[in-house]
Amino acid sequence: MSEKNQSSGVIGWIDERLPILSFIRDHLTHYYAPKNFNFWYFFGSLAFLILFLQIFTGIFLAMHYKPDAKLAFDSVEFIMRDVNLGWLIRYMHSTGASAFFIVVYLHMFRALMYGSFKKPRELIWLFGVFIYLALMAEAFMGYLLPWGQMSYWGAQVIINLFTTIPFIGPELGVWIRGDYAISDPTLTRFFALHIVAVPMVILLLVILHLSALHTVGSNNPDGVEIKNTKDENGVPLDGIPFHPYYTVKDFVGMGVFLFLFALTVFYVPEMGGYFLEHANFIPANPLVTPEHIAPVWYFTPFYSILRAIPDPAFGALAMALSILILFFLPWIDKNPIKSIRYRSTLFKINLFVFVIGFLILGYLGVKAPTPLYNALALRFSEMYFIFFALLYFYSTARNSTFSYLFSGIILFFIIAYDILRINSDNYLTLLIGLSSVCLFVLFMTLSPLYTTLNREKEVPERVTG
Amino acid sequence: MRTSKIIFLIFLATLCGKGMAAGQKSEILLDYKAIENINNKASLQRGAKYFVNYCSGCHSLKYMRMNTLAKDLGIEEEIFIKNLVFSNKKIGETMTKSMSDKDAENWFGAIPPDLSLTARSKGSDYIYSLLNTYYTDSSTITGYNNLAYPNTSMPHILVNLQGEQKLVLDPNNKPKKLEKISEGFNSEEEYQQITNDITNFLVYVSEPAKLKRYSMGFWVLLFIFIFGVLAYYTKKEFWKDVH
Amino acid sequence: MSSDNPDNSRRKFLTGSLTFVGGTGAAATLWPFLSSMAPSNKAKAAGAPVKVDISGLKEGEKIDLIWRKKPIWVVKRSQDMLESIDTNDTKHKDPLSENPEQQPDFAKNKYRSLKPEILVLEGVCTHLGCNPAYKPDTTDTSLGKDFKGGFFCACHGSKFDFAGKVSNGSPAGANLKVPPYRFEDENTIIVGELPANKLEEIG
Repeated sequence: MSEKNQSSGVIGWIDERLPILSFIRDHLTHYYAPKNFNFWYFFGSLAFLILFLQIFTGIFLAMHYKPDAKLAFDSVEFIMRDVNLGWLIRYMHSTGASAFFIVVYLHMFRALMYGSFKKPRELIWLFGVFIYLALMAEAFMGYLLPWGQMSYWGAQVIINLFTTIPFIGPELGVWIRGDYAISDPTLTRFFALHIVAVPMVILLLVILHLSALHTVGSNNPDGVEIKNTKDENGVPLDGIPFHPYYTVKDFVGMGVFLFLFALTVFYVPEMGGYFLEHANFIPANPLVTPEHIAPVWYFTPFYSILRAIPDPAFGALAMALSILILFFLPWIDKNPIKSIRYRSTLFKINLFVFVIGFLILGYLGVKAPTPLYNALALRFSEMYFIFFALLYFYSTARNSTFSYLFSGIILFFIIAYDILRINSDNYLTLLIGLSSVCLFVLFMTLSPLYTTLNREKEVPERVTG
Repeated sequence: MRTSKIIFLIFLATLCGKGMAAGQKSEILLDYKAIENINNKASLQRGAKYFVNYCSGCHSLKYMRMNTLAKDLGIEEEIFIKNLVFSNKKIGETMTKSMSDKDAENWFGAIPPDLSLTARSKGSDYIYSLLNTYYTDSSTITGYNNLAYPNTSMPHILVNLQGEQKLVLDPNNKPKKLEKISEGFNSEEEYQQITNDITNFLVYVSEPAKLKRYSMGFWVLLFIFIFGVLAYYTKKEFWKDVH
Repeated sequence: MSSDNPDNSRRKFLTGSLTFVGGTGAAATLWPFLSSMAPSNKAKAAGAPVKVDISGLKEGEKIDLIWRKKPIWVVKRSQDMLESIDTNDTKHKDPLSENPEQQPDFAKNKYRSLKPEILVLEGVCTHLGCNPAYKPDTTDTSLGKDFKGGFFCACHGSKFDFAGKVSNGSPAGANLKVPPYRFEDENTIIVGELPANKLEEIG
């Protein structure tokens, strides 16, 4: 590499001391990415773009924002009205937060579809889940800063989750808040964490995520390792240099994204109350809880899982598990076939049902709880976890003993929980919900024994299309 | 590429699904819908005049700078000061109220809220309904009650314009309709126009930037569109290499 | 990769225009951010013109006020002080007030003011922004024989006469700035607004 890399002049002088040229070579012009990326592969670069946008707009907001419980709300309105084009910067930041989660969810779904978390990409996935966690913390703390009613009461609810931890919970809650209730010290520490600490963690994690990616190379919609077939120069036959081919392609993705982003920023920044909640235009008031508190939309699927279980400690545990389980995905699904294209019909059904369930959980999370919604939320929470159990089940071919035993265990847990809580009021909805979930589990675990629905397709040697 | 289209459609559907978000806007028994149009300067000017004359004694607009208001409503600063500023305030100041919170609490039992953001937090229909659904009720201190805000301590300031109404209940004791029992200075239509103007004015006040963002947005979108088209053709050109 | 004659000119043109449009967009995106750092409406409102009543101001006295967060001096100059102002000298860097940045047009005269006896100045040294001290005594020669009173900046020793003109040999390069101001009536000055009809006012 050193011979080809010789360059004279200023750039050459610098490159001898700092490897910028070789960096560009290794990561752009001679980084070979599979040639068959589809649109699902836009979301990584888009997430990077939004990260940059959030940091940039955040810096300028921090110039005008005042992290003080007495001044915070006013300073946000000051930005919206008195700072030149401050409203634009603020809307970019608030829309960017939601856009970040949309893009990250799609990015994660892509990984699920094409098995991008599987060997040898386990670390990429792990760093990704850490980024997702950090992003949740970042968004949660950022949402307190406008110091409106939703900021205040949303934070109240989430911080109270920590108080459900046995023994240390109550003390922990006070320690997080720095007071007996959410107040000025909570606001100032959230501000510090939101603008300094968490962004630095996210940046570090992004570097790790990308380093791991560039070490093993990108997966692709066929789930075929392009490094297995190389030409005489060691260049993958199905690879193309990232630059210019994917840089120029990502510009197209950026164009589409920025169009939708600007459409939101300029025309519907509140997104009907989903991106900016109506009640957040009322200053925080510790004495009055708004009629209905819902977290911002990107937390609602997990919020639904939390609410589905009436006991607060178990609810919080279920919610924590629902996020933590993501870390174990590479070891849960060990099926050697990566891409959805070559996996069985049952896998596709499983993934489809999971996505629909996740969306429904999200919808239920923004709604006020009713008995029907609670019943639905519980069932879809069960389905959320069943998805992962089935992923494990489909890792390899199972014999009939294992299949019966496996479905028996799942059914046992679900039925046992329902037996504990059945009464004369709820038995009808309970039985309907229970039987639907049980039928689904039985179908998903036993049909491989009697049908060809679990038959997988042969994975080609080279990428297609 | 079919999936991408579907996702795009879902996104568009969410864009259109405005106002589905959980019911922060209070439910009002009778159906009063305000017509929002912040580009109607005449309506905003009338609304500002009514607001200053009838509301500003008790309610502040503490985030609204008067010079911004004058400029956005197309009123010359001198005319604005002459007609709409009663105290010796400067044009660059915000519209705070003359009454002190303490007096207000003594007189009404509550501090009249600042109205800068009410249209954003509660919606225009709420304000419009509130101004239209006062009815006589001898059990309250002010003599009037309200359907949009039951048991409000706010007196019916505009009663001379509207006249009095009484509440008619249906057999289930639910409010059915409001019936005029005395005529006001204005006809029903005029009064609705007046209250709609006030509402419209408060919608503007809740987000003055809205006037700018619609017009600015068009050019930004146009620019991004051009960028996207160029990027698309450049991508196509480069990808001729890839087989 | 085999390439069957990529159309190089077309490719160059497209890359060029994409770079141009993208670059323009990126530069334009900077605009809201840069403009957000300029004074806000609130700062501008706080920088609105200020009124000052000079009915109580005695000869030789100076009062200070704040306009746009800067000190503004109003001095009622005595006859002695006025006599010490000389435009035909070689002791000043800009004796005829020819630097248009340092005063509105109406103050480009011998006394650098609307009315000879009333001086209005920004109390900010044109060297590095210190506040010069007022030296009202026209007979005090402790700062040099040539200095017949005026303003003295203790930071780096710049000297200004009673019209705010900077002396030769001072580190400051320009005369003290005259802010826009006008007389609302005999005894009221509005700092921050220009006279409606300056000829009449100077008259």
